[in-house]
Amino acid sequence: MIDALFNWFDERLGISGSGRKMLNKIFPDHWSFLIGEIALYSFIVLLGTGVFLTLYFVPSSKEVIYEGSYAPLRGQPVSEAFASTLNLSFAVRGGLLMRQMHHWSANIFVGSIVVHMLRIFFTGAFRKPRELNWIVGSTLLILAIFNGFLGYSLPDDLVSGTGIRISFSIVESIPLIGSYAAFFLFGGNFPGNAIIPRFFILHVLVLPAVIVGLLSAHLGMLVRQKHTQFPGRGNTPRNVVGAPLWPTFVAKTTGFMFLTVAVTGVLSAFFQINPVWLYGPYVPYKVSYAVQPDWYMGWLDGALRIMPSWEIVGFGHMIPNVFFPAILLPGITFGVLQMWPFIEARLTHDHAEHQILDRPRDRPKRTAFGAAVFSFYFVLFGASATDVLANYLSISLNVVLTSFRFLAIAVPLIVFPVTYRICKEMQSVPTAGKRKRANVVLRSAEGGYSTVRAEERPGDAVPRVDPLPLDEDLQFVPVMAGVLAGGDVLAEETQPESPAEVDSDRPRSGIFRIPRNYR
Amino acid sequence: MATKTAWAATITASSSMPDEPDATAASSGPDDPSRRVRIPVISVRADAPQFQIAAKNPRRAELVASSGFVLAAASFAGFGAAYWQNYSNFWLAVTFSVGFAGLGYGMVVWGKYLMPRGPFSESRHSLVPTSAQREVFVQDFASRGKVAVERRGFLVKTLGLASGILGVVLAFPLLRSLGPLPGKTLRQTAWRRGSYLVDVTGRKIKTGDLEVGGFTTVFPETDIGGAYSQTMLIRVDPPPASGYLTPPPQFAKQRATWAPQGYIAFSKVCTHAGCPVGLYQELTKKMLCPCHQSLFDVTDAAIPIFGPAPRPLPQLPLYIDDEGYFRAQDGYDEPVGPGYWERGND
Repeated sequence: MIDALFNWFDERLGISGSGRKMLNKIFPDHWSFLIGEIALYSFIVLLGTGVFLTLYFVPSSKEVIYEGSYAPLRGQPVSEAFASTLNLSFAVRGGLLMRQMHHWSANIFVGSIVVHMLRIFFTGAFRKPRELNWIVGSTLLILAIFNGFLGYSLPDDLVSGTGIRISFSIVESIPLIGSYAAFFLFGGNFPGNAIIPRFFILHVLVLPAVIVGLLSAHLGMLVRQKHTQFPGRGNTPRNVVGAPLWPTFVAKTTGFMFLTVAVTGVLSAFFQINPVWLYGPYVPYKVSYAVQPDWYMGWLDGALRIMPSWEIVGFGHMIPNVFFPAILLPGITFGVLQMWPFIEARLTHDHAEHQILDRPRDRPKRTAFGAAVFSFYFVLFGASATDVLANYLSISLNVVLTSFRFLAIAVPLIVFPVTYRICKEMQSVPTAGKRKRANVVLRSAEGGYSTVRAEERPGDAVPRVDPLPLDEDLQFVPVMAGVLAGGDVLAEETQPESPAEVDSDRPRSGIFRIPRNYR
Repeated sequence: MATKTAWAATITASSSMPDEPDATAASSGPDDPSRRVRIPVISVRADAPQFQIAAKNPRRAELVASSGFVLAAASFAGFGAAYWQNYSNFWLAVTFSVGFAGLGYGMVVWGKYLMPRGPFSESRHSLVPTSAQREVFVQDFASRGKVAVERRGFLVKTLGLASGILGVVLAFPLLRSLGPLPGKTLRQTAWRRGSYLVDVTGRKIKTGDLEVGGFTTVFPETDIGGAYSQTMLIRVDPPPASGYLTPPPQFAKQRATWAPQGYIAFSKVCTHAGCPVGLYQELTKKMLCPCHQSLFDVTDAAIPIFGPAPRPLPQLPLYIDDEGYFRAQDGYDEPVGPGYWERGND
């Protein structure tokens, strides 16, 4: 039955030919390669939970009187978007779970993209021939941040509404076209009635479609160019070492997908996220204290806060204050980010192909630069909590803000040399990072001390086996299927390379026993 | 091959790629002996360490993995029950997550301990084509282009014309219809000469409605709740003998009568990013924007004394009419809210 079905497809699509090679595709075993998978799987969670949410969410800013099950807001005028968000959270079965999971996985999505990108950066995986994939990946990061912002703006609550207000001001601040761009985006002056439906269609259709397209390109290029790998025994620029796609990687990665779902679910069960009913509906003249965006917008918010109160005026025109932290800074950030492979190649004059990853300590300048830049954004991120910090630490807001202005410059300047130094030190200690075998100090009955080496623990010294090549003329599949020797199944199309190698008396150990009468 | 075009013939003639599949494949059936793929026999020992599983005790690993699946089965059943019985989000989420955790755990154990532990490797071939391949491709591309495009200048021009018009049409009606032009809307609010100051319920504000140190958000009657016309009315101090709050020296003449009887009104739209400047500190007489912590000094023409706000909040000139109601002497004398390109310094 399954055979027949497969044959039906195979005869039409020709799966067996190229598919067999695909089964042998190797995925490196290093843990840091899993971070990108977290991003992929949280995107799947986003799609699934997002579809659920669209079934109940009403993208409209039309004012209605809330009559739902949340008593404190009953009878209040709210937008349909806000009312339907409350409705799908409280009245729809499983709705709150889906909403919580959607929001949590959005945070995980952007977070895992950032960490994935840091891994790519610090190990130099973006170098030739992977510059294009770096650009696609960093575009995905930008889109993920944008779509996250659009998404949390949809419920039309007091916090996100304030965010939309700020975004209007940011668009408005673009020189030359700003006010036109803002009016075209919002369908008129702020707030208008168009922004919720427009953000909705961007959030659920346009950006996800672009993300899916770029994601496919990202993975397609990955398959075509194959993975990079860390230096190690048997790893060369001419091979990829790890686990084959089928069945090992499929089992592990499917399990990993389920675990990602599970972690998202646990967060959704135990940690409330974005309780819009506590914020209340958006009203343009109301505002709440301690307004913070989702974490991935934090650096922008922080930049807005610590920017000195400058504004450029002249010739009857103005470059507003928010332009510098909210348009110029992200523009430079993402511009440099996307162009980084070329910038680095220009600086190092290294235009060769690289399949083997760098250890961060072996590239102290890049590592120090990356750490310094990252610390700058981390300080900005911290600066988005100035009011909360001032409150929590019971110090003046002015002191907190001034400190952050100072830290934003000082921290990167300190981080660079410190990181550089640490890298250099680690280079000079060959065993750095390796696990050491413990020494056990013994005291004898006489009171003397002596030292013996502890017993080996698992992981002290991993007996590594050389990788077994699974190349075109070395089929993993028949081995897995139990057709190792003789090749009976494929006999008609098979010509033994040399009869001497076909050894039917080979010991049958291991899990891949070869059945004698396999047909 | 009678059906081949001249171009195709060029390809076959000039392509010298060694790995080119049999050119006659298209005409032969699947059983054509020349199409048979040669699958060599492997010369790997099945007892090679790479094919061994990682588990020392496979039975136990199997038990561990399957217990994950059993847990998942139970949890998913629990999820169904919780959903059916309309339990709280908490139980839905817990059963759901434990189910997926069990599945994931089982799968990972299966993959990690019960499958060949490897490592395996595949070879990586350079994607860089040989210079011959590249030459053939470029030549082909260029020669076809020459034949098809270069001689047809008129076609190219008309095609360009059509696409150009389409581009303009797309930009104009389409982009243009997304919203109105800004025009003067960013410069004006709904405040006019003689507008009453009303609160959000539409009630007109009278003298004595606010305590000393009190404040409220007011609107013109025509735009209650308006995002741009929202204004903060503050009762600062008992006024000096003149009856008006004294403005700072630079506004001494212009704003002499704008704050009668100790009441003063400023735009509530922050000049930084447009948030409502909603927090008034009575003791220090400062207005704070909770979004980015700009601080405005109410006694000093709302000049920003801290934070990123670049400009003072515009002040609304007030007067008290014969019946004791607050009214605006006029609208704001400058655009309220954040800056934009056309604003200049007015």
